[in-house]
Amino acid sequence: MVELKPDQYRGIWVYLEHRNGAIFKGSIQLIGEGGRIAKELGTELSGVLLGHGIRDLAQEAIEYGVETVILGEHDVLKEYSPNAYCLALAKLVKRRKPEVVLFSASKNGRALAGRLHAEIETGLAADCTAFEVTDEGLLAMIRPAFGGRSLAHILCKEHRPQMASARPNVFAIPARDPSRRGRVSRARLRLSPSDIDTEIVAFEEFPDVQEVKLEDSAIVVAGGYGMRGPENFRILRDLARELGGAVAASRKAADSGWVPKEIQVGQTGKTVRPRLYFAVGISGAVQHLAGMQESDVIVAVNKDPRAPIFEIADYGIVGDLFQIVPKMIEELRAMKHDGGEAPSPATIRT
Amino acid sequence: MGLKIIVCIKQVPKAQELRIDPKTNTLKRAGVESVINPPDRNALEMALRLVERHGGKTVVVSMGPPFFDASLHEAIGMGIDEGFLLTDRALGGSDTVPTAYALSKTVEKVGDYDLILCGEETTDSSTGHVGPGMAGHLRIPQITYVSKVGLKDGWVEATRTLEYGLETRRGRTPALLTVNFGCNTPREPTLLGKIRAKRGGVIKIWNAADVGADYSKIGLRNSPTVVSKMETVVLPERKGIILDNGQRDAVSKLLGMLADEGVLRVG
Ligand SMILES: Cc1cc2nc3c(=O)[nH]c(=O)nc-3n(C[C@H](O)[C@H](O)[C@H](O)COP(=O)(O)OP(=O)(O)OC[C@H]3O[C@@H](n4cnc5c(N)ncnc54)[C@H](O)[C@@H]3O)c2cc1C
Repeated sequence: MVELKPDQYRGIWVYLEHRNGAIFKGSIQLIGEGGRIAKELGTELSGVLLGHGIRDLAQEAIEYGVETVILGEHDVLKEYSPNAYCLALAKLVKRRKPEVVLFSASKNGRALAGRLHAEIETGLAADCTAFEVTDEGLLAMIRPAFGGRSLAHILCKEHRPQMASARPNVFAIPARDPSRRGRVSRARLRLSPSDIDTEIVAFEEFPDVQEVKLEDSAIVVAGGYGMRGPENFRILRDLARELGGAVAASRKAADSGWVPKEIQVGQTGKTVRPRLYFAVGISGAVQHLAGMQESDVIVAVNKDPRAPIFEIADYGIVGDLFQIVPKMIEELRAMKHDGGEAPSPATIRT
Repeated sequence: MGLKIIVCIKQVPKAQELRIDPKTNTLKRAGVESVINPPDRNALEMALRLVERHGGKTVVVSMGPPFFDASLHEAIGMGIDEGFLLTDRALGGSDTVPTAYALSKTVEKVGDYDLILCGEETTDSSTGHVGPGMAGHLRIPQITYVSKVGLKDGWVEATRTLEYGLETRRGRTPALLTVNFGCNTPREPTLLGKIRAKRGGVIKIWNAADVGADYSKIGLRNSPTVVSKMETVVLPERKGIILDNGQRDAVSKLLGMLADEGVLRVG
């Protein structure tokens, strides 16, 4: 194992993922949380930027609250590749000895951290939703377990750094202040082109079709495999429009290509916490519940009375969604015409 | 010659049977059946299809207690050629660091592979760290969250699902891929396959020494992380008012109740 002298390690690092000249939202959120942890531990917050020609991003990181930017620029890092990035981070960690390294739990962030923790033999907690500093000055890395029924507090007592990935959109984006000043520390990295393990040969961006951002919506209408096909999502869009909400989907519906992946809710998708969540033709697998069970009011429509979704529903209708949803739309429209106040989106909880 | 593909699988509690005990607010685990971790079944299917196309051999590897051989039997039943179970008391309580280490030792011992496939993550601990950790130990390319794969002349090309799009990456074999849950429909085990699994020699049992794993690097004591406490999440009480669409006015009733809740602002 590596040196087991935890007290030689100082400082909080946030690994800053970026694309197309902008730092990822998930990484920016971690600047806020990392800063809070650094303050509590009486230490400094650094942001690690790897890439090539990314000097401008350092200023952005500083404006969000990073005190020191560790800038690792190299030809070999021009495009993200797991091995080269892992080696670069491993070198930096061994040289500068941070006590904590945080990653955003994006797909790339998780896989990179996973490779790195084996390389440097230290503890890594995945997809954390909270952090606490313990009385002994350790970082409790807190993550949902058992489908969100429990929160596991994970400690890495003897190995350093303590590493974790954090679930995007759990922590707030810190205020950006253009007058903030910070340090940029250039890191010299010896890497060779043979360190690049894989390269991108094709890329197809998901279209950004969602009119209302899922995470910000007070009402979410989600469809599952019970929708039977992409064309049927039209009735959910109509229902969402009547209610003033956004459309979401289960993983099975998204993986079937019926709707964009970016509106998938659940453990491997987005976490939402709206005032009202409609689950239509969704069975209620634990992985789905993990992304929506903190909603204020949950409504389920499912033809199977034993579907687990009913166990966490406030209201539900057992029956055929193809009858129930059109009827709902019709009645909501009728309510409007009857002179009743139009259903307007409920206010967003802050 | 042909390919050699190793698939790493884990046995997990069956998700559909995991129900919450409303009294204790924890998962009921007693008597829960175990299954192959669902994404690992997609990895097995991917391996079988690749070998059907290119020729070669498939191997399944698992690490865990002796009863994990049930999963190996099932994998062999699906058509995988050979299985290895790494089982050793000394491995008990391993977190992802010793697990990735011990599994990388195991696949090295199996040897001569072109591809290693793992599931994207497990349903019981959902880290997704073991696959990339193994790739790191083995110093081979990794491509994670893969739905589609192609192989040609010592190269692997795979399409992965990211938050913002589909990315296709290329790397040299041998490589390690983690496979998306639901990216294919895994075949069921056949009767003939299950009979074959029972034959001697198809599934081999190894301990840590057999694969050359260093005992000072495995098990609970050599795992960097500990779970210091489990907090129960108190989820909001749910009303559980379930109507039957057979009732003529179920929809109006529901909308009325939602309006009363104040989540719909209907007059
Ligand atoms: C590692 C991993 C990660 C995962 N991550 C996620 C995730 O992030 N999000 C997620 O959602 N899932 C996730 N899953 C998948 C999850 O386990 C379930 O497979 C999935 O949520 C099921 O989707 P579903 O409810 O739409 O489909 P199904 O389970 O097939 O349910 C369809 C439902 O529709 C109902 N139905 C069918 N026809 C009608 C009709 N006409 N009227 C009314 N009801 C009807 C059926 O009764 C059934 O209950 C993950 C799984 C794994 C292994």
